[in-house]
Amino acid sequence: MNAFDYRAPRSLDEALAILGEYGEDARVVAGGTALVTMMRQRLVQPRCLVSLRDVPGLERIEANGGLRLGALVTHREAEISPLVRERLPVLAETFRRVASVRIRHMATVGGALAHGDPNQDPPVTLLALEATVEVRGPRGARGILVAEFFRDYYETALEPGELVTAVTVPSLPAATGAAFLKFLPRTADDYATVAAAAIVTLEPDGARCREARIALGSVGLTPLRATSAERLLAGEALGEGLLQAAGEAAKTAVDPLSDHRGSAAYKREMTGVMVGRALGQAWEAARRAQARP
Amino acid sequence: MIRLTVNGTVHELEVPSYRTLLDCLRYDLGLTGSKEGCGVGVCGACTVLLDGKMISSCIALAAFADGRSVTTVEGLARDERLHPVQQAFVDAGGFQCGICTPGQVVSAKALLDANPKPTDDEIREWMLGNLCRCTGYYKIIESIRAAAGRSRA
Repeated sequence: MNAFDYRAPRSLDEALAILGEYGEDARVVAGGTALVTMMRQRLVQPRCLVSLRDVPGLERIEANGGLRLGALVTHREAEISPLVRERLPVLAETFRRVASVRIRHMATVGGALAHGDPNQDPPVTLLALEATVEVRGPRGARGILVAEFFRDYYETALEPGELVTAVTVPSLPAATGAAFLKFLPRTADDYATVAAAAIVTLEPDGARCREARIALGSVGLTPLRATSAERLLAGEALGEGLLQAAGEAAKTAVDPLSDHRGSAAYKREMTGVMVGRALGQAWEAARRAQARP
Repeated sequence: MIRLTVNGTVHELEVPSYRTLLDCLRYDLGLTGSKEGCGVGVCGACTVLLDGKMISSCIALAAFADGRSVTTVEGLARDERLHPVQQAFVDAGGFQCGICTPGQVVSAKALLDANPKPTDDEIREWMLGNLCRCTGYYKIIESIRAAAGRSRA
C-alpha cells in the first residue's frame, strides 16, 4: 500500500471539509473490506483516507414508516437487528448471505452502496424495495433512488465531495411477500453467480398478482430491474408456466460478464432459473402474509 | 500516534498510515500468532477480535483500532492454562499443520461468546470463513462442539 494521509473526523461537516480540501484524491472509508483490499492490490491509491468511524449518528437503525439504516450500520447488525427482521425479513436475509460473519462485522451498509460493485448483494434487494440513498455533500443533503444510484461498473451517482449517510427503505404493502436468492456454485462466502430479489403483491382475491418487482445482481454492469418480466406477472395467476415465462423474460434483461463464476451464457440461463424460484418463494410468502389477520 | 489495548495491555504506537492491523500486531508488537494467508479477508488466518467482534486484521488498518481493544490468539490462555476452546482443539484433533489454527480458535471463541450452545449448522455458518486445507473440517466442528459442552452455558 502507498502512504496516504489518514483522517478521522468527528463530525460530518468536518468529513465534508476534508473531502473538499483533497478533492478527487480523497476516499471515504468505513469498514474497509472493499477499499483497503483494493488499496493493498494497488487498484486504488488515494492521497487521503477519510474514515467515518468516529462520526457519530451514522450507526443507527430506525423505523420511520419504513426503515432507515445509517451508513455505518454493519452487515451483521442489519442481519440480526430485530427491527429489520420484523419489518423486512428479506433485507436481513440478504445481508446474511454476504461473505462470512467476519466480513459482515466489518462491511457497512453505506460502503456496499458507495463501492458500486455489481456483485454486491444488498443493492439488489434495496433496488427491488425501491429504497433511497441519502447523501450529504458540499451543497447539502439529497436523496437518490437506488434505481438511479448505480450508473455503470463501479460508478455511482455520488458527486465529488459527497458521501452516503443512510439508506431509507419504504415498508411493503399488505399481501406482499419477498425473497432473495443467491446462486453460489463455488463456496458459501463467494459473490453470486446470479442473485435475484423478488417481491410479489397479491390482489385481494389472493389468486392473482397485483404487482411484481424483480431485481438482479452479478449479471450486468449494475444491479438491474427485470421490468419486462415484472409486466408479465401483473394480473396473472400463479402457475409453473407463468414463472417460467417470467424467467425467460428476465434473461433478456441481463448482460452478464464471463468470469470464473460462469460464462455469460451460463449466467443468463441461470438468471431464468433463479427468477422463477425467487418469484415462487415470494408468491408463497405473499399468500402467508395475506392469510395473516 | 494510535493507542490500542491488545490482550489487556495498552500500547501507544507511531505507525505509518498504511500499516494493517495484522502487520502492527506481528511486526510492531511481536504477536506472530495471527497469520497472513490470503491477504484479502477470505481465509480467516488473521482473525482477531476488535471490541469482541471477529474481523480480518489483514484488511483492517491499524488506525481502525485506535482507542479500541484487540484480542489475539495470544490473549486466550490464562495463567499457563489453555482456553477451553484451545484445549478442545488439542483433545479433538482440530488441527494438523496448524497454520489456520489461531484464526480457527479465535473465531470459535467468538462464536461461543455470542452463542454458547450453537447447533452444528450454526457452527458451520459461523466458521465458513475460516479455511483449513488439512482437517476436512469435521475435527474442527467436533472441537467446537466439545468446547461448547465444556464451557459453562
